[in-house]
Order: sequence, then C-alpha cells, then structure tokens
Amino acid sequence: MSAIPLGHYLTLAAVVFTIGIFGIFLNRKNVIVILMSIELILLAININLVAFSSYLADLAGQVFALFVLTVAAAEAAIGLAIVVVYFRNRGSIAVEDINLMKG
Amino acid sequence: MIPEFVFDLTPALPEIILAGAGLVLLVLGAMREEDGLKTVTPLAVVALLVAALLALTLDRQPQTGFFGHFVFDGFAGFLKVIMLAGAAGSLLVATSYMREERVERFEYAVLLVFASLGMCMMVSANSLIALYMALELHSLPLYVMAAFHRDNLRSTEAGLKYFVLGALASGMLLYGCSLVYGFTGTVSFEGIAAAFHGTDGTVGSLPVGAVTGLVFVIAGLAFKLAAVPFHMWTPDVYEGSPTPVATFFAAAPKVAAVGLFVRVLMQPFGEWVDAWQQVVILIAVASMLLGAFAAIGQTNIKRLMAYSGIGHVGYALVGLSAGTEKGAYGVLIYMAIYLVMTLGTFSCILFMRRQGRYVEEIADLAGLGRRQPLLAAAFGVLMFSLAGIPPLAGFFGKLYVFLAAVDAGLTWLAVVGVLTSVVGAFYYLRVVKVIYFDEPAEAFDGGADPGVAGVAAVTTVMNLLFVVVPGPLLAAAATAAAALMR
Repeated sequence: MSAIPLGHYLTLAAVVFTIGIFGIFLNRKNVIVILMSIELILLAININLVAFSSYLADLAGQVFALFVLTVAAAEAAIGLAIVVVYFRNRGSIAVEDINLMKG
Repeated sequence: MIPEFVFDLTPALPEIILAGAGLVLLVLGAMREEDGLKTVTPLAVVALLVAALLALTLDRQPQTGFFGHFVFDGFAGFLKVIMLAGAAGSLLVATSYMREERVERFEYAVLLVFASLGMCMMVSANSLIALYMALELHSLPLYVMAAFHRDNLRSTEAGLKYFVLGALASGMLLYGCSLVYGFTGTVSFEGIAAAFHGTDGTVGSLPVGAVTGLVFVIAGLAFKLAAVPFHMWTPDVYEGSPTPVATFFAAAPKVAAVGLFVRVLMQPFGEWVDAWQQVVILIAVASMLLGAFAAIGQTNIKRLMAYSGIGHVGYALVGLSAGTEKGAYGVLIYMAIYLVMTLGTFSCILFMRRQGRYVEEIADLAGLGRRQPLLAAAFGVLMFSLAGIPPLAGFFGKLYVFLAAVDAGLTWLAVVGVLTSVVGAFYYLRVVKVIYFDEPAEAFDGGADPGVAGVAAVTTVMNLLFVVVPGPLLAAAATAAAALMR
C-alpha cells in the first residue's frame, strides 16, 4: 500500500474534474479549449480508477482505466474532425460564434 | 478457459452479426464508390432485421457472456427487437432525403449499423465497464451522424454541440462509475447489488460515496435520455441535423438509453429504491412540464418534436419512479409505442417538400387536409396518438405508466402527468388544426419515396390497431419486465 492515503488521490481527481467542468462552461474563446477540458475530465477519472484499484487491490479498475484511455483517443479524433468541418463552414471556432440555433 | 469463452458468445449473436455486417458493408461501400448508399442501405436493413430476428428467437433464460460483463435476458431481448426494427425503419426513410440533399454517402448506413450495435450492447451491459464501452460505441457514431451534412453550417453546428455536451455527459457518467466502483469494490452489476448484504441476507445502507456516484451516473444517463435538466442539446440537434438523422435520434437511441437507465436503477441499485426514487421523480416532473410548456411557442416542427420527445421521456420515467415490476412493464410498453409514434411522425415530416427542397415550418402544413387527404389523415392519427387520446396507442402507453405510479402510492405524480398531457394536447391539436382548418398553402411535391410512404403507413396502422390487438406487445413486455426482477 502506498504511503499517500487514498483521500489525497480522490481530492486531486475531484479538483481536476471540477477544473475540466468549469473549463467547458466558463470558456468563451475557443472550442479547442473545450476539447482539452474533456481530456482533463477523463484523466481525472483515470486517477480515481487507478487509485481505487490500488487501494482495493483489485485489477478491474486498471482495466477500466485502459478502456477509458482508448475511448478518449477515439473521442478526441471525432471531436477534432467535427471541429474541422465546422471551421470550414463558419470560418471560426470561437465559442460565441456557435449561435445559429438558439436552444 | 478458451472453450468457456467460445460458449459465452451465443448470447451475443445479434451483436456479432451487426459487427460483422458493419465491417463488410464498410468495405463494400468503399469499393462501390459511385452508388455506395444505394448498395449498402438494403443490406444494412437486412442485417438489422436479421439481428432483430435472432434477438427474438434466442433463449430468454438469462445467460451471461464475456465473463459476466454481458447478459442476454428477456428484458434485453424485448428492447433489442424494437430498437433494431426502429433503426431499420429510420434507415429506410433516409435514402431519398440523402439523395435529394446531395449527401448520398454510404457511411451513413455503416454508422447507423455501428450505433445500433452500441445500443444493443447498452441494454445487455452487465458491468460498469460494459456500460461505458457500449454507451460510447453508440454515442460516437451519433456525433458523426449529426454533422453528416458536412457542407451545411446548421448540421455541423448540431454535431459540434452534440459532441461537446455528449462528451461532458460521458465524463459525468464515468466519474460516477469510478465512485461506484471504489465504494462497492466491484464493477459487475450482481456484485454491486450484493455489495452491502449482510451474512444473514439483510440489505445494508448505501455509503455516501456510492450515492454520489449513483447521482453522477443518473446525470450522465439523463443527458442521453434528453431529460430535464440535461435536455438543452435536443432542440438544436434535432433542428440542425438532417431530418432522417433526427428521426433516428428520436427513435432507437432514446429507447436504448431508457433501457440502460431502467436496468442500472432496477438491477444493481434495485435494493436501494429510496436512494434514487426522488431524483427520478424530479427528472420526470421537470421533463413533463418542460415538454408541455416549451413546445407551445415552437414554429419548427422538428423543434416541436424535440420538446415532445423530452415530455415523453418524462412520462416513461413516471413508470420507473414507481420502482416496481409493474413500473418497468409500463416503461417498456411506453417506449415501444413511443418509438412507433415518433418514427411515423418523422416519416410524415419527410413528405414536406416543395420544389425539391425540404421545409420544416408548422405553417407549411396549412390546408394539407384538402390537398393530400391521406397524408393529412396519417399526420392527424399520429398527432392524436402523441397527445394520448384514446383509442390510439399513445393513450395506452400513458395508461400503463400512470397505473404503475398510482399502485406505488405516487398518485400525485400521475395527476401531474395527466395535467401536463392536457397542456401537451394543445400543441399537438394545433398541428391538426393547421392541417385541416387553415387556408391551404402551396402543395407539397408528389411522388413520395416508397420507403418513406411504407414506414408512414405501417406506423400509422400500428397506432390504430394497437387497441384491437394489444396482446403480443403486452405479453412480451410482461415477460421482459419479469426478467428484470430476477
């Protein structure tokens, strides 16, 4: 068992997760920053999963973390592709320009 | 170990068929560059229907596969059959639209097959890992499909919004999964259900960490359901994405999300109804209210259908709030009927075409009753059914969920549901009024695509005939709900 107690890992993960959420909502400039925030959220979850896995001495959490990493890569690829087609049509990826439809 | 794994594959036969078909169709479409969609679509429809048939005929005894991560039972079988049939229907209505809007690319059918594969995995997920992987397998093709009209600003904007909010929801769901895993020590649904059982069979209380995780999971899934307060993407995505894509979004994925939601709450967390009942009631009431009131001011029929869909998810969750087998039974019937109604309404919307351009305003329907009486009648039947007016199918869907709520002592919730459906009836009936009593506008183009006409006709007849032959659906839903309470 590691010297650092579980609570510290969970706090770190919660902080990183919250930064990611706020990065999506408070950011008014650039869609790329939103993609970075999404990655931050997924990495916070990985910290959580690996910390729990080590604490519980159960491998499932680490397997889960590997799956999350894989899916995060696919998700980033699709996100960037959509940003590229959007940029071709709009000529901008500023968040305040994504306003054609009000919902 | 290896022979056991081979035997494990039987319950996943529909999924294996879909995965194989998706890969083969991808290669086939790439080889037939010119008429890709025309070649691939019929084959994809056949693959979806074959998978549905397999799901219908597989043994309904609960069987797990992939070392317990995957389960096939009556519940999964029921949902797979209706989802795959709905997916096949929404693919049939797509071809003519894609041709006329010049986005005739074979990838559409392939993406739809992969999304359907993800949906089937969702309702069969039996562990947190399978849940997450299935949800992403179903979401990623949907993001691309929303942006499918890639030279159209509205479509790409819809795709971008859907992607950002969808990824955020997946993040919340996953954070919830990590907490549930940490506090229960297992990812399997059976393990979670048994995690706090005492040696004498008593059920312990859920620790705060696991409850927090459960709330995050509910929030993530509520987004996929388009339930309030995570509904804000729905109207924009439905309006912006091509109409066949909105058809698909409104039909099959919503059923899959409801199925997964019901399974997660009733199986691993079935012993702790108190922990989630209030949250589900809150989501249900808010969705019903928003669906009823926000739709009133809409002029675009796709936005109207988006708000209508939000309201319908609220009604389905009324059944789930009961937390009983009868509630799950009501939800299953509701979703099957909802799927048929939505598919029918959207295929009617695909008839709205003037000089080769698709129009989407409610005002464009003016006087349809005098110009195209058959289409107007179909529209009318579907609107009455969506409003829940007897003897059409939509009424019975609401009846069963409200009965379940009353039986569980939630009479006030059923009363709220009835009141909001009265408000909702206003905007459905307004569409009927525009069709039959307004001054006729210019006629729609004739010569409808046989796929669109066929789906519209079949779904309308199903709505009319449910009152005559309700037996098969009710019996299937009853066995499916019983399988959930194993």
